[in-house]
Amino acid sequence: MIIDHPLLGPRDASEFIYLGDASLLNRPKWDEEKSEDNFYKYLYLRENVAGMHKELWFHQQGDRSWLVISRNTVTHEIFKVELATEFKKNMGKSND
Amino acid sequence: MYYNVLKILKEGLNDNKGWKKTWQNPEIKKKYDVIIIGGGGHGLATAFYLAKEFKIKNIAVLEKNWIGGGNVGRNTTIIRSNYLLNENEAFYEFSLKLWETLENQINYNAMVSQRGVLNVFHSDAQRDSFVRRGNSMIINGADAELFDVDKIKSIYPFLDYDNARFPIKGGLFQKRGGSVRHDAVAWGYAHAADELGVDIIQNCEVTGFKIKSGTCIGVETNKGDILANKIGCAVAGSSSVLMSKANMNLPLESHVLQAFVSESLKPFIPGVITFGAGHFYISQSDKGGLVFGGDIDGYNSYAQRGGMDMLEDVCEGGLALMPTIGKARLLRMWGGIMDMSMDGSPIIDKTHIKGLYLNAGWCYGGFKATPASGWCFAHLLAKGASHSLSENFQLDRFKNGYMIDEKGQGAQPNLH
Ligand SMILES: Cc1cc2nc3c(=O)[nH]c(=O)nc-3n(C[C@H](O)[C@H](O)[C@H](O)COP(=O)(O)OP(=O)(O)OC[C@H]3O[C@@H](n4cnc5c(N)ncnc54)[C@H](O)[C@@H]3O)c2cc1C
Repeated sequence: MIIDHPLLGPRDASEFIYLGDASLLNRPKWDEEKSEDNFYKYLYLRENVAGMHKELWFHQQGDRSWLVISRNTVTHEIFKVELATEFKKNMGKSND
Repeated sequence: MYYNVLKILKEGLNDNKGWKKTWQNPEIKKKYDVIIIGGGGHGLATAFYLAKEFKIKNIAVLEKNWIGGGNVGRNTTIIRSNYLLNENEAFYEFSLKLWETLENQINYNAMVSQRGVLNVFHSDAQRDSFVRRGNSMIINGADAELFDVDKIKSIYPFLDYDNARFPIKGGLFQKRGGSVRHDAVAWGYAHAADELGVDIIQNCEVTGFKIKSGTCIGVETNKGDILANKIGCAVAGSSSVLMSKANMNLPLESHVLQAFVSESLKPFIPGVITFGAGHFYISQSDKGGLVFGGDIDGYNSYAQRGGMDMLEDVCEGGLALMPTIGKARLLRMWGGIMDMSMDGSPIIDKTHIKGLYLNAGWCYGGFKATPASGWCFAHLLAKGASHSLSENFQLDRFKNGYMIDEKGQGAQPNLH
């Protein structure tokens, strides 16, 4: 797979490390009533879709940026590559 | 139909015209006692043991494609019971014992070949961890031997003993491990289950569940609705997709694992060998092809094919271990979809929906588990309670903190 890095252009996927579902950006709050259950779901349960999947990749052998990639898990076709920081901003969350 | 030598001789003289189908193509009934979804190794073994050991009648196996087209026919065929944790080791040793008598049980030649599995190690620290694993195996009734370099040299003279970076310091050997003809396992279980009256329905895809006030009473398929008292799901890499129809999210990611086969060579590799400094395992098939593989590609995939970077990685491991294979030409490669669980261990459990049961999370080691998985899942379906060997493979262990993390990697499926 070729990943079209928003800053560096097309790069081979082997330069990257895969973390998993981009829902990992939605870390639950620790001090809520259901936080135990929320953390269980956050850590261990995945939708694991066959089809369009938003996922986190780390450019380990490049600029060490985190990316959010929209990719079809059935065809491996990549539709969108964003910096995770940008993605999070658009999610309406602060980056601390 | 019963297979034996006389029959082969008779059919040989008769132009092989008298053979009947290995399994029938039955009409689908409206209702079954038990439906198994997925006609892979695990589903078929479950159906067979349900009928044979637990005397359940009226069973169907629903397979969306053809028998043997999933991971059961795509793996590198290695069987072994060399796990560290008790929860795993006892289960896999039971499986290895079942492999040893399988062919008589199912009246089918599955070419179970206990030619030994050697895991080489390359450092003192790795020796310590392999010794510990060997002891765990012996405690659980399995066989394990520690080989020194001279012993390995005498059996496997072609390994690279002068490798400065990954010197071979010894190996953990399991004599009773080996390989099995994978397709024959699927066909054999299908044949034996069919003989016991199990309906094996191919080209029948389950598209949904019929759930009434918390109880699953049947399935929706491309061939219409089918009712059942109990439904067991054993669809390996498709588990998340299937269970999403019951609104469940599973502790799984689906990843692609590739296998590679070379051109046929004269026999020179006497068993299964694994490299300790990278992920590479190899054996030689009876046809002479070198069958080898390594890690999963590492990203979610349902594509049944992987990338060239993993091919390169696997070949690097292979050449570091045995440079002699460098001249062999690659003949075929393919991928299969692995149900990678969050702790690297499987799930054999009921679900929160009554009548709906789950068998999944086999990662890339589920072939060797086939007999025990079928046996324990059949036990669960027949008795409503877990078999003692699979009672730790619970779906809610991630919630309760009873993970079975063989490698100690944490909830990161692509590291297991
Ligand atoms: C390349 C590779 C190498 C491997 N090497 C080894 C090894 O050396 N040793 C080892 O122990 N393990 C190995 N494995 C792992 C092992 O093959 C699997 O863990 C095991 O086969 C999974 O169980 P199964 O046989 O039941 O799966 P499958 O054969 O995949 O069966 C699942 C079946 O469910 C069907 N299905 C899916 N969805 C539906 C639906 N909605 N309705 C009806 N049917 C459906 C599928 O078509 C499929 O036939 C390897 C796997 C791969 C891919």
